[in-house]
Amino acid sequence: MGLRIPIIIPVSKPSKGSAGKTGLWRVERPVINEDKCIKCWLCWLYCPEDVISEGKNGFPQIDLTFCKGCGVCADVCPVGAIKMVKEEREDEHRR
Amino acid sequence: MTLTIHDLRKRSGSYLSGSAGCPGCGATLAFRIASRVLGPDTVYIVPACCFSVIQAPYPKSAISAPLYNIAFAAAAATASGVYRAYRILGKDINVVAWAGDGGTVDIGIQALSGAAERGENIIYVCYDNEAYMNTGIQRSGATPLKAWTKTTPMGKRKMPKDMPMIVAAHRVPYVATASVGYPFDLASKFDKAKEIEGFKYIHIFSPCPPGWNSPVSKTAEIGKLAVDTYFWPLYEVKNGKLRITVKPRKRPLKEFLDLQDRFRGLSDKEVALLEEIVMEKWNFLLHLEKSERIF
Amino acid sequence: MSIEGKWEIITGNHAAAIAAKLARVKVVAAYPITPQTTIVEYIASLVESGYMNAEYIRVESEHSAMAAVIGASAAGVRTFTATASQGLLLMSEVVHWAAGSRLPIGMAIVNRAVGPPWSIHVDHQDSMSQRDTGWLQMYISSNQEVLDTMLMMYKVAEHPDVLLPFMVCLDGFVLSHTYMPVNIPSQEEVDDFLPPYKPPHWKLDPESPITFGNLALPNEYQEMRWSMDLSMKRSLELVEDVAEEFSRKFGRYYGGATWKYKTQDADYMIITSGTMASEAEVAVDKLREEGMSVGLLKIRSFRPFPHRDVVETLQDKKGVIVIDRSISFSSGGPIGIETRSSLYNLSGRPPIANYITGLGGRDVTYQDIIATLKDGVGRITSGRLRRLYYWFKLKPEYEKIELSEEAAI
Repeated sequence: MGLRIPIIIPVSKPSKGSAGKTGLWRVERPVINEDKCIKCWLCWLYCPEDVISEGKNGFPQIDLTFCKGCGVCADVCPVGAIKMVKEEREDEHRR
Repeated sequence: MTLTIHDLRKRSGSYLSGSAGCPGCGATLAFRIASRVLGPDTVYIVPACCFSVIQAPYPKSAISAPLYNIAFAAAAATASGVYRAYRILGKDINVVAWAGDGGTVDIGIQALSGAAERGENIIYVCYDNEAYMNTGIQRSGATPLKAWTKTTPMGKRKMPKDMPMIVAAHRVPYVATASVGYPFDLASKFDKAKEIEGFKYIHIFSPCPPGWNSPVSKTAEIGKLAVDTYFWPLYEVKNGKLRITVKPRKRPLKEFLDLQDRFRGLSDKEVALLEEIVMEKWNFLLHLEKSERIF
Repeated sequence: MSIEGKWEIITGNHAAAIAAKLARVKVVAAYPITPQTTIVEYIASLVESGYMNAEYIRVESEHSAMAAVIGASAAGVRTFTATASQGLLLMSEVVHWAAGSRLPIGMAIVNRAVGPPWSIHVDHQDSMSQRDTGWLQMYISSNQEVLDTMLMMYKVAEHPDVLLPFMVCLDGFVLSHTYMPVNIPSQEEVDDFLPPYKPPHWKLDPESPITFGNLALPNEYQEMRWSMDLSMKRSLELVEDVAEEFSRKFGRYYGGATWKYKTQDADYMIITSGTMASEAEVAVDKLREEGMSVGLLKIRSFRPFPHRDVVETLQDKKGVIVIDRSISFSSGGPIGIETRSSLYNLSGRPPIANYITGLGGRDVTYQDIIATLKDGVGRITSGRLRRLYYWFKLKPEYEKIELSEEAAI
């Protein structure tokens, strides 16, 4: 048999956005008030989605492409620096 | 040594954003923190559970460490095989079974017990959302008394299995409970576990907003209240010696129950009963803490 | 204490254990079950004495035995386990999992009847029930063949075109506990024949992290099973090639997927497997002494099934007698079913008489084979072959019921 046998195996590659742009699931969006933020990083610690990182200005920055909008960050913030606001998107972003 | 937030921020984890996990998923949060402590030289064995789905579908995966999915009952046995292969190859790699409560306390208990008895050098993690959530909220051997599930529509009439104590009775070197509401405690337990030779077991209380009918934003808070109300005490059993690792000032159990619709409609009498059970367990743990060895 | 490079009088189970050692298996996980037990006992002594450099996991069940070798194989090492009967059935879920993971795990099946009632004796119901798992399955007739086939099958299974696990099936007690002279090759010879296992596509390795086996949606799944099927079909050719390579190196040959005995000029053919095939060889000689032109086609490889070989061997024959040691209830013996399937599209195909016998260790001697052959030929030549299959060697009081019209379907 000169045929090359394709071995097709369920091997998956690690990728960000493995389930797509999960930011589209969001109903509410976290907004950080940098005037209040004390950079304790509890929001980073408790974020189930790992979407919080340190922005250029040294404050927490949220990757809204993947943030699912659970609001855990706002709930754990000790100084009330994160507010959840209603997500408003252009219609074409909705599915 | 307790890990600080700065220690954790410096390490790289094995979770990539944009997975198929539900918003506010406790299991995902637990994995994020645990994987940061375990580091990249770690292999995960996952039986059927929410995490089978959280990874997201082929050909992508939200997990950046090697991960092997295996049948429901087989996590501990498969992890044993992986560990033995690494041992004979002379490779020093953390082998972690990452399982839900069904795969741990019910269908996987035999393989888990076997691996514990053989003293396999693995870390077995049960992220406990207290029911079969992946299949749509059916009761498991870890579902608490009185909790609503789709197969206990009037509330569960039985107590859950005390799985950490069952494992501890195997006289393994390390057993710990943890909660996503106490992430530093959780992280330090993983830090200890990875330095200990032999079978390690960590049982993590992992809130599930869709399964518990709790607000998605309250995952961390419920995880903390579980500990503060003594519903889920945090302790470890190291070489047979029990130590309660967090001793919070007791808060009324009702505060914890009220955040979850799975406990909705409990009578005062029922809440009092649950309080009694919780206090009994807490006092028992205080008693055990005085012993040189509990197993 | 070395027994390598020598003739030894050993059991089939010892032959399987020695093969695992010679194959340099790195992880063994097993759970005891009669009549497999002495394999795991022997491996335990080989490992404990330091003679075999392997991890031996004394698991708490067969399900865990298979799960553990899956884990070890996924970590990149050669693995071995052994079981029988109920053990194989308990394992079944992860038996599928091993094949779907494309892990070339080796497993000795010491064939034993399935309960209830409890029976520790041979038939092929256990392994035949695992026909569709994606494992290669070889059926064996002697202790030397057990040892040699194990070595050959690691080579076939680990071929980059195959990457499927395999079972070497030996008849419980008839081979497993019977002592026969076996020539044990030297480690050097085996190393030269069987190179170390190197997984060509993936393994669990932090250097190149992958996720294995997560959810595949309907647009992805089917091709994975197609690929397994293609590999299984391809392995047929490799079973032949490796058998020839083995014979060149070691001077022993059992056939590839089949073994043919006096087939060329034969009018009638016996098809069977396992130790019944050894009896059938004697039967062929006796029948030829009586003037009947009979040959034997022994099915060594049931998966992959050698359809083309079967067609080529049988196409000009007057009739075929297939003797199975297991039953697919209401449809006949698995080998009978496959043989019929092979021949169906052939014009002028020979008639097939399929016999079910030897279940739960009922003895099948060469006289029994002669009797089935004569019964089959009688039916074929007199136009009395009315059934898909016949039970053979039932107690006389049940024989009558079996042969009644009402028992036919």
